[in-house]
Amino acid sequence: MLEILSKPWPWYVAGPMIGLTVPLLLLLGNKSLGVSSSFRHICAAVVPARRFTYFSYNWRNEQWNLLFAGGLILGGVFAGTILAPNEDVVINADLQQYLATFGITPTTAPIPEALFSMDSLLTLRGLLLAVGGGLLIGFGTRYAGGCTSGHSILGLSSMQIPSLVATCSFLVGGLTMTHAILPFILALEI
Amino acid sequence: MISEVKLLQRREARELDQTRPPALSRVWNITKYILAGAWFGVALVKGEIVSWYRLQEMFRFESFHMYGVISSAVAVGALSLLLIRKSGIKGSDGNVLQPKRKILNRGTVIGGMLFGMGWAMTGACPGSLYALTGAGFPAMLVTIIGALAGTLLYGIAKKGK
Repeated sequence: MLEILSKPWPWYVAGPMIGLTVPLLLLLGNKSLGVSSSFRHICAAVVPARRFTYFSYNWRNEQWNLLFAGGLILGGVFAGTILAPNEDVVINADLQQYLATFGITPTTAPIPEALFSMDSLLTLRGLLLAVGGGLLIGFGTRYAGGCTSGHSILGLSSMQIPSLVATCSFLVGGLTMTHAILPFILALEI
Repeated sequence: MISEVKLLQRREARELDQTRPPALSRVWNITKYILAGAWFGVALVKGEIVSWYRLQEMFRFESFHMYGVISSAVAVGALSLLLIRKSGIKGSDGNVLQPKRKILNRGTVIGGMLFGMGWAMTGACPGSLYALTGAGFPAMLVTIIGALAGTLLYGIAKKGK
């Protein structure tokens, strides 16, 4: 059993599990699925609230969101230990060939070590991807009022037009990055 | 006279006890969200939604995986919301269970595109960042710090308007 569970789960198992988080949070406490707002609550807990209106609210009222984020870490620990995969990630042959030209080969890890490891943070390529990517995620999700969870899952599930616009924008941004900018970043050799 | 005051005090104490949730329910109010997060986190990691490779395949139209995940998640979410609405289930506080309303403005498009770029660079959405950190990839903490800095920047920029 554990052997089957430690293999990657197909989309038709993981997708519905993710979809069920929407009613789960509603039934548990009338909460709306969303992860990126936790960044705002963390900032609000740390920065002097009086100076920034965006952070001057009682973040303690949104404690559940931080607990949910803590649960995500815990779920990661569980999936990364007891259910850890022991086979290398199988990827599309074209992608494999493309990535090999940048010295990237898949391992058992879900993220390429050549790009995201403590060592790669000391290279311009790794630093740019990790920190630059993070900045874009933080700024972008707050400007858009949600991320893939809040917009693409909760928002689309509840048929909200703003979320459809947001999801299309996510894709436009992602496609632009993948096809027009990322090849240059991956080619960086420092 | 004195005993009357005492009785009143006792009644007040009893009422106070009723408004304050018992210890067990306070613990549950915390653990339930942690458990919900863990459920979500396991699905993200085991379903390879945290995978940088699967994200690249999605943006290069080389695999159905991520499209399958998102569409089945939305289908199940929409169906559950329909069932909740039809059944008329209310929250423990008596309120109607309703998802948060999202707003549409310039930020939905510009912010959305900026996030999409970060998503394609790191292969991670905010949920993945937390789950990957837990799964043993500490480099993701640096991206979380980057995301917090981005959030802070947004808060500062918003103040200027």
